[in-house]
Amino acid sequence: MNVPIDSLTLSHFLLTGAVLFVLGLVGFVTRRNLIVMFLCTEMMFQGVVVSMVAFSRFHLNVTGQTFVIFALTIAAAEAALALGLVVLLYRRKRTLDAEAWASMQG
Amino acid sequence: MLTLMAQPAVQAVNIDAISGKLLSAHVVECFDWIQVGNFTAGFTYWFDPLTILMLCVVTGVGTLVVIYAAGYMKGDPGYARFFAYVSLFIFAMTTLVMADNLVLLYLGWEGVGLCSYLLIGYYYKKPTAVAAAKKAFIVNRIGDLGFALGIFLTYYHFDTVRFGELLPLWNALLAGGGTEEWSIQLIPYLLMLGAFGKSAQLPLYVWLPDAMEGPTPVSALIHAATMVTAGVYMIVRLLPIFTLSPYALPTVATVGALTALFAATIALCQYDLKKVFAYSTISQLGYMFLGVGAVSIAADSGGISGGASGEGAVGGVFHLFTHAFFKALLFLTAGSVMHACAGQLDLRKLSGLRHKMPVTCWLMFVGCLALAGVPFTAGFFSKDTVLAATLAQGMPFTDAAGVQHAGNYWYVILALIGLLTALLTALYTFRLWFRVFLGPVEFTMGDEHHEEEERHGGTEARRHEGAEDGDTHGADDAHGANDAHHEPHEMPWLMNGPLVVLAVGAIVAGYMGGWIESSVAHATAGVAMPPSDVEPAHHTLFGMDLHVAMMVISGIVAGVGIMLASWFHWFDRDSASALAGSWPRTVLILRHKYFVDELYDAIIVRPLRMLGNVFFQVDRLIIDGLVMFIGVVPRWIGLSVRPTQRGVLQGYGLGMVTGVAAIAILVWLALT
Repeated sequence: MNVPIDSLTLSHFLLTGAVLFVLGLVGFVTRRNLIVMFLCTEMMFQGVVVSMVAFSRFHLNVTGQTFVIFALTIAAAEAALALGLVVLLYRRKRTLDAEAWASMQG
Repeated sequence: MLTLMAQPAVQAVNIDAISGKLLSAHVVECFDWIQVGNFTAGFTYWFDPLTILMLCVVTGVGTLVVIYAAGYMKGDPGYARFFAYVSLFIFAMTTLVMADNLVLLYLGWEGVGLCSYLLIGYYYKKPTAVAAAKKAFIVNRIGDLGFALGIFLTYYHFDTVRFGELLPLWNALLAGGGTEEWSIQLIPYLLMLGAFGKSAQLPLYVWLPDAMEGPTPVSALIHAATMVTAGVYMIVRLLPIFTLSPYALPTVATVGALTALFAATIALCQYDLKKVFAYSTISQLGYMFLGVGAVSIAADSGGISGGASGEGAVGGVFHLFTHAFFKALLFLTAGSVMHACAGQLDLRKLSGLRHKMPVTCWLMFVGCLALAGVPFTAGFFSKDTVLAATLAQGMPFTDAAGVQHAGNYWYVILALIGLLTALLTALYTFRLWFRVFLGPVEFTMGDEHHEEEERHGGTEARRHEGAEDGDTHGADDAHGANDAHHEPHEMPWLMNGPLVVLAVGAIVAGYMGGWIESSVAHATAGVAMPPSDVEPAHHTLFGMDLHVAMMVISGIVAGVGIMLASWFHWFDRDSASALAGSWPRTVLILRHKYFVDELYDAIIVRPLRMLGNVFFQVDRLIIDGLVMFIGVVPRWIGLSVRPTQRGVLQGYGLGMVTGVAAIAILVWLALT
């Protein structure tokens, strides 16, 4: 199946972004492993980023793509921070299960 | 404050200016105490002869009692606390007698009440002492409420509480023939209520017998010699306002006479040494009120320049003065007996102690003579002054203008009650003395030592101290703790010395009548008395001068009382029990103090307690319920939303998704 890139419309890209976002969302809500949950949030991020690139291309300006570069930079920093926190949490409880931290018992 | 005190402003109040009465007072302003709007109550002292007289009693008897207490309280772990309280008491009492205004007087008044409370409850581990302390404080509250209201009314009417400013106003009212204003006439009754509370008169006397739970020097100083006489002092100090109401002073006299008789009859059948003296104190205070009440009222006797006589007030203060000596002496000797016999105070268990403690025996004898009113002792002269003044009120007289006035026959009845009381006084006083010191030698030691072990933190310390000082009483106590051969013993001279001084006072104080008369007449009370140039009405009885006649009569009465006592309690003690046996009911009633405590318990304490319980339930269910409700509502709200914050990450995620979805749907709906 060889589809020329020109035949792809904005909707295709937006759909891809939405699928990525929902996959990430479902993963975040259903999984309990802290690292997997973190990866899921990253996936939601990428879904949004794809949408922004698509809009940028569609509108023929660079604002969206500039913003994506920003977002990725921040995501990288945040990934370092989040993984550090996960390590810390793991050291405390010797488990990556998020349930282990549900100590408020509301 | 010291710098303020260093150079006080001294000013002489020129009261001579008002109506030519011989008044002299010095006012020392220390500092402004309360200043609100127009109202000023300074920490200002007022010195007039009555103040000086009272200061002599307070500091004189106070010093002697404190020296005695230094021996009596030796080895007590609360020694320092005791003397701290006593010093505070002396401060409050001197403030009371030196106060220049009613508010400062009230400060001293409450101060002595507080010290009384603290010292009655001195043995705070003893439940009866704590109960007695509370009783004294609460009963005094009733009286003090009256006193406070009296001060408020005084300020309301006269716009000042200072004696120096009140006296001219009162004098003007008196000279104008009194006042019809009912709220001015109410003032003396309110003040009187305070006096009755503090000085243990009917119906507020119930706290004084219980107050004997305190250490004996306290009973002597506070509950016999000084504090309880504050009521008498207050009435004499404010005598002019009392003469403004026609029935105020007769009420005082009547209450005094009834209290005197009532307490004397109770004292007849008490077995506790200190209780006998406590009731005797109430009875003697009754005499003082009788005397103070036997002052003519200006309106009744044709103005103050007529036949008015202030002799009764002189008698009241005179009796206060002599009573301070002999009652302090009696209490302290009773304390010595108690000390020597390990807390034994029961008359039935003490007999023939004269050889064991000869000095105490004869010292108490002097005190008993004075209390019984045996001729030529202090109590004799002062009691006669009171009774003669009372009787004089009841006799017809002719005033300076030659107008005949009928006497107030009510006072004759009161004087007869006073005479009957004098008989009973001699009887119960010598009943006690004959029982304790004469008769066969037999006694049972008390059980104080077991109590004292707790109270004094173990007798070991006492023994040790006694042995070190070479002090016989300490050493004897050491035996007494466990040894069956413990015997009563004489007190050291540290304790007997002050008693000798008091005993001398109990005789000599009776010859100071002239000084006391001029002291009272030249103090604030003088405003209500006739000027010194007015010849007092002269009365005769049985062809003799009234005073001489009264002295003869009361001398005979005292003699009869002592003879009766000696028969029943010395020569033939069996006949006393036979006599008691033939009137079992009377004796029962007297022994139970007319069941007044029980009566008060039934009609006041218990209903109040029930009311308190009702209020408590109302408070608990309604007030507390309301407050709790206000607290519980946010809790319930919190409880209902708490599950949203459980710390489960997925939950938060879902919440966010739901929120975002909801917003998205709303936006979508809005856009389409």
